[in-house]
Amino acid sequence: MKITEKEVRYVAELANLNLSEDEVGKFLHDLDDILVHMDRLNEIDTSGVEPMAQVLYDAEETATLREDIPRVTLSNKDALANAPLFGGGYFKVPEVVKR
Amino acid sequence: MEIPTLTIDAVKEGLRARRFSATELASEALKFARAENPKTNAYLTFCDERALSAAAAVDAKLARGEDPGPLGGVPVAVKDVILTRGVRTTCGSKLLADYVPPYDATAVIRLEQAGGIILGKTNCDEFAMGSSNENSAFGPVRNPVAPHRVPGGSSGGSAAAVAQGTAVVSLGSDTGGSIRQPASFCGVAGVTPTYGRVSRYGLTAFASSLDHIGPFARTVKDSATLLRVIAGRDEMDSTSAAAPVPDYEALLDRNVRGVKIGLPREYFKGLASETGDLIASGIETLKRLGCEIRDISLPSTDYAIACYYIICTAEASSNLARYDGVRYTFRSPNSPSLGAMYRNTRGEGFGTECKRRIMLGTYVLSAGYYDAYYLKAQKVRGLIARDFTNAFAEVDAIVAPVSPFPAFKLGEKVDDPLEMYLSDIYTITGDLAGIPCMSVPCGKTAGGLPVGMQILANHFDEARMFRLADAFEKETN
Repeated sequence: MKITEKEVRYVAELANLNLSEDEVGKFLHDLDDILVHMDRLNEIDTSGVEPMAQVLYDAEETATLREDIPRVTLSNKDALANAPLFGGGYFKVPEVVKR
Repeated sequence: MEIPTLTIDAVKEGLRARRFSATELASEALKFARAENPKTNAYLTFCDERALSAAAAVDAKLARGEDPGPLGGVPVAVKDVILTRGVRTTCGSKLLADYVPPYDATAVIRLEQAGGIILGKTNCDEFAMGSSNENSAFGPVRNPVAPHRVPGGSSGGSAAAVAQGTAVVSLGSDTGGSIRQPASFCGVAGVTPTYGRVSRYGLTAFASSLDHIGPFARTVKDSATLLRVIAGRDEMDSTSAAAPVPDYEALLDRNVRGVKIGLPREYFKGLASETGDLIASGIETLKRLGCEIRDISLPSTDYAIACYYIICTAEASSNLARYDGVRYTFRSPNSPSLGAMYRNTRGEGFGTECKRRIMLGTYVLSAGYYDAYYLKAQKVRGLIARDFTNAFAEVDAIVAPVSPFPAFKLGEKVDDPLEMYLSDIYTITGDLAGIPCMSVPCGKTAGGLPVGMQILANHFDEARMFRLADAFEKETN
């Protein structure tokens, strides 16, 4: 096994993802299958290869940076419009600190 | 007007000859799309008001003798991961079932400025994660060519709308094949442009270093027109490229004699036999057109699936962190504390595939595994990109299959996620390297299922890809 049930629960916690018991079992099996497949990356020699974080092609490095000019963006009303709960111009969430 | 077979040129000609107005066309197209939709479930939302007001603007321009633009009056469908101001954008997710964006994606602004008429938003796999469109919270899309089969994914609705004839062209998004594979399954043209060619501003982020917006169309020429309209630098996306956008359509109809085409030997193993036969006959057609065919090798191909599913899930786990119950419409009713709100909102809101990918992405980024998985995958990505650089030193374009097999049956592969991932093998490499690639229809199996042929070109060389695809399409029609 590449991954244990304990690790599945730990990763779900890191991801803030509530999983049902069924899901824990299912993902244990699925992730194990997938991670076994991913092991094949160890077969390939990558010494001296730069990690590629972004697509690279010949271009002027700063060609796509825009001038830093202040501009009007979303209004407070628009930014809040899709929130499940808001008030006084803020997003509302459950109580964080007890009074 | 024959809505299901309209092309951009036919719309232009109809408007010019006053056989119909843009308003009449938009109303008829909306009526037709609504009537046809139960067959495929391709559309999730229709936006009549927006379509009719855009059509009225086109008619007003025509009445004043002005040019309504390259897409003047053309009915368009837009994948529901691309934001439309004031029109619900669900991303195929329960989490965003009621989300109404406060701004338009740049591609949407550009296609409307060009006179395009957005009829509605199309169904897709949740957050564009899937290869069958079965991961939508709003039910699967059916393949218009074979209703018991999948249309492919994740842009299944956009491919189906064009194949079914309810839109002339559509926008999809592609992270690992989500435009080319459904285009292949539904028998239409589908284009993944060079990374950075089209602004991602307003495209809901899945894997930012791999995400592309691109067109679907019933002809190569129409796909080229739509790409030209939406392409080009956008200051709202710093990864959008400053490279000039050629007039692709003007470059079509040229001779492809002497074009050097590479066939990567790694891409011709494990094909379903009919798919292999159709691609082989497609290659014969290219030879007949005078192309010079060469065997080439892309040696890192075997590692592409592992590399891709590490990078895309890692990026997805970060991008999807924002759906936490605070800003985006859905919050679990079971939210007694902040932590419980996060966990329950995400647990109840995301579908299985999204959860699986968040889990995998979080795992490969977690302490102790980062070097073994994420860093290693980024290095392998460098090797895959290098394979293409080496290949394009020898050849002008690469031809390959899109998918190992044609459209499969609904439900056939849902229980085996790894097998579903493995079927993306021929499309993910183009995304990893960031090169332009497209699917062009290449015939049908004995059972009538479409098969697409993939054409890949070097960075920003879409013109050559379109020219080849257009010559191929004309020769095979």
